[in-house]
This record gives sequence, C-alpha cells and structure tokens, in this order.
Amino acid sequence: MRSQNRTRVALFRWSSLGIVVLATGAVAFAAAYAQEIVPRLTGAAHPMRDVAAPALPSPVVDDQRRMRNYPEQPPIIPHSIDGYQISLNANRCLECHRRQYTDHVRAPMISITHFQDRDGQMLADVAPRRHNCTACHVQQTDAKPLVENDFRDMLNLLPVGEK
Amino acid sequence: MQRIKALLLRFWGIASRPSAYLSVGFLTLGGFLGGVMFWGAFNTALEATNTETFCITCHEMKANVFEEMTRTVHYTNRSGVRASCPDCHVPHEWTNKLARKIQASKEVWGHIFGTIDTRRKFLDERLRLAQHEWARLKANDSLECRNCHSEVAMDFTRQTQRAADIHTRYLIQKDGYTCIDCHKGIAHELPDMRGVDPGWLPPAEVRDELGIPSSAHFDPEADALRRYAQDGTQEN
Repeated sequence: MRSQNRTRVALFRWSSLGIVVLATGAVAFAAAYAQEIVPRLTGAAHPMRDVAAPALPSPVVDDQRRMRNYPEQPPIIPHSIDGYQISLNANRCLECHRRQYTDHVRAPMISITHFQDRDGQMLADVAPRRHNCTACHVQQTDAKPLVENDFRDMLNLLPVGEK
Repeated sequence: MQRIKALLLRFWGIASRPSAYLSVGFLTLGGFLGGVMFWGAFNTALEATNTETFCITCHEMKANVFEEMTRTVHYTNRSGVRASCPDCHVPHEWTNKLARKIQASKEVWGHIFGTIDTRRKFLDERLRLAQHEWARLKANDSLECRNCHSEVAMDFTRQTQRAADIHTRYLIQKDGYTCIDCHKGIAHELPDMRGVDPGWLPPAEVRDELGIPSSAHFDPEADALRRYAQDGTQEN
C-alpha cells in the first residue's frame, strides 16, 4: 500500500515535470517561430556583427528641373548642396533663390506661398517658418528603390478640368 | 633721457672703434656663424608657429574654428588633400608671412587677457573676426585660395554647368570678383549674415545703375527666428 502510494507520487511528480518541460518547449518554439515570420526592422543581417555599409548613392547634380510627381510636391534640388549652411545666422539657399536676386543668378524664385506666416499674413519676404529649406526640398540620388513603386499619377485617377 | 643718450653714445663709441683684442678672423667668422645660427633658429621658430598643432594649442582656436573645420571639405575629402590653418590664414611668401605674424601678436594678447575665452564671447565677436579675414582675402585677391586653386588650372568642363557658368561670368569675365566673395563660410560656420550681401552681388555704388534694389538686406525670417530663439517672443 505504502509502496504503491509512493509510486503514484513519483508518477505524479514526473508527469508534472514533463508538462512543464513541454510547455516551456512549446513557448520557446512559438517564440522562435514568431521571430522567423516577423522580419526585424533592422533587416536580415546578424544584429551583433559588423555589417558592411552600402556605398552612398551619388546625388543628382545636373541642374535639370524635374516634373513634380504630384502638385504639392516640393520641387527637388538638382544641384549640389554640400556644405550649404542653413542656420540661425545664414541661409545659403536664399543667396540665390530670394526674389531680389533671381534674375542675376538665374535661379528659380522661391514661391510666394513661402511669404505667408502661420497666421496667414503675407510678409514682404520669406516667412520664419519657411527658413529651413531642406526640411522639404531635398536632393535626389541615383539610389535604387528598396521596394517597387506603384505610385500612379493623379492625372490617371481623377478627371482633368478642361478638355 | 640723458642716461639713455649716454648709454647709446657709449655703445656707439665701442662699436665705431676697431677691436683691440679680438682678431678679424674671429669677428667675421664668428659673426657669420652667429648669424647663421640666429637665422636658423629664427626660421625654425617661425615655422613652428606655422603649424596646425601650434594653432590649436589655444582652446579659442581648437574649440571653435578648428572643431567646425573638421566637418568641412577642407578637412576630409575624396582625394585626401587637407588644408591646415596656416595654409589659408598665413601668407606663404616670407615678407608677408612675417608681417602677418607681427599682426598676430595681438592674438597672443587676446589669449592672455581672455578676449574670446568662452564660446559666447567668440560668437559675439564672430562677425568682426570674419570680416577681418574676408577683407584680407579680398585685398590679396584670395591669394591663399589660389595657392591651391588656380583659375588657369580649372577645367570648367569637369564642373557642373551651373558652376562653370558662374565661374565664367564672375571669376573670368568680370574684374573685381574673387573667391572669397562667394565662398564665404567654406571652412567655418558663418557669423550673423544680416547686412552681408551675397558675394556675387555688385558693389553698392553700381547697384543703382544695374537696377538692383540696394535695401535687399533686411532678413525678416532670420531676424524673427533669432528673436524667438533669444527671448521666446514672437511678433506678427
């Protein structure tokens, strides 16, 4: 009786241990599986090893104006802006693109939408909130897109005004 | 005064009479060797003060202008040619170099008495200091730029169209324009540029003839930003 009881206790102990082991294994497997199907934001490379940096793409510097992909797109900068200082003290872009200077350096004039301050008041010159040119206007590079671009021009989606 | 005069006279008395004890050989050869040694030491010392290492022993130079320069193309670039402080700020020709060194003794004074020993003080003086350098480079036709960059050796076909056009119009065709006019802030951060015209803009005297507004210079956006940054007020 006693020995039978002992066997039962032992059986219970072993089986509970087995359940714990199985459960842990299942959780670990699930975790591993989950890790496999959710790609890491940092890419597929091993997180603890040195990864070779890809070559920097070269900027487009051909001075050709590009069509905007959509009407609100800030025009891109088709020239080199290396070392251009835009700070509290200076704004290199405006040395040519400011209205007063454009005909002498033949630079496109900054849009008058930039003369409006945040209260909708038109100023005589560029508004403070538009001081940081490169917040919107950027250079393009010859980099290959990482994902396919299925952008469709709105001309193909919406009716055009006049015929 | 009397004393100084007496001393000078006594010295003249000694110097104008022939030597009684020293041989002519000793005097001429000794004088020559002494001269060589003096000259060598002088030039070595002069060259020692003409290095980047020497310049950045002052924290005024190291923490401000040198620090900023390390982020520019004159510090690192694809071909690995580096310009150090004296390449741009000290004339290479001997006489002019010496003249600049004598001028620079005022900088030693400034260092000792802490004229710009904090960043704040430096920034407050920055426009004045920059204007000195711009004026110097304007006066010598950007000599230090041209020690490396010569317009004769520039291949305009290798420049972008825009750069080639602007160089042709301003650097080649027109007199009176020089590198520093447009290339300010090429190696350091710019000072407060309110009131500083873009370099390509003709001088104020001829601006009216050319029909360029001469009051082009109030910069409302920079002004408002600055006021906002300083005391948080905003005006409409």
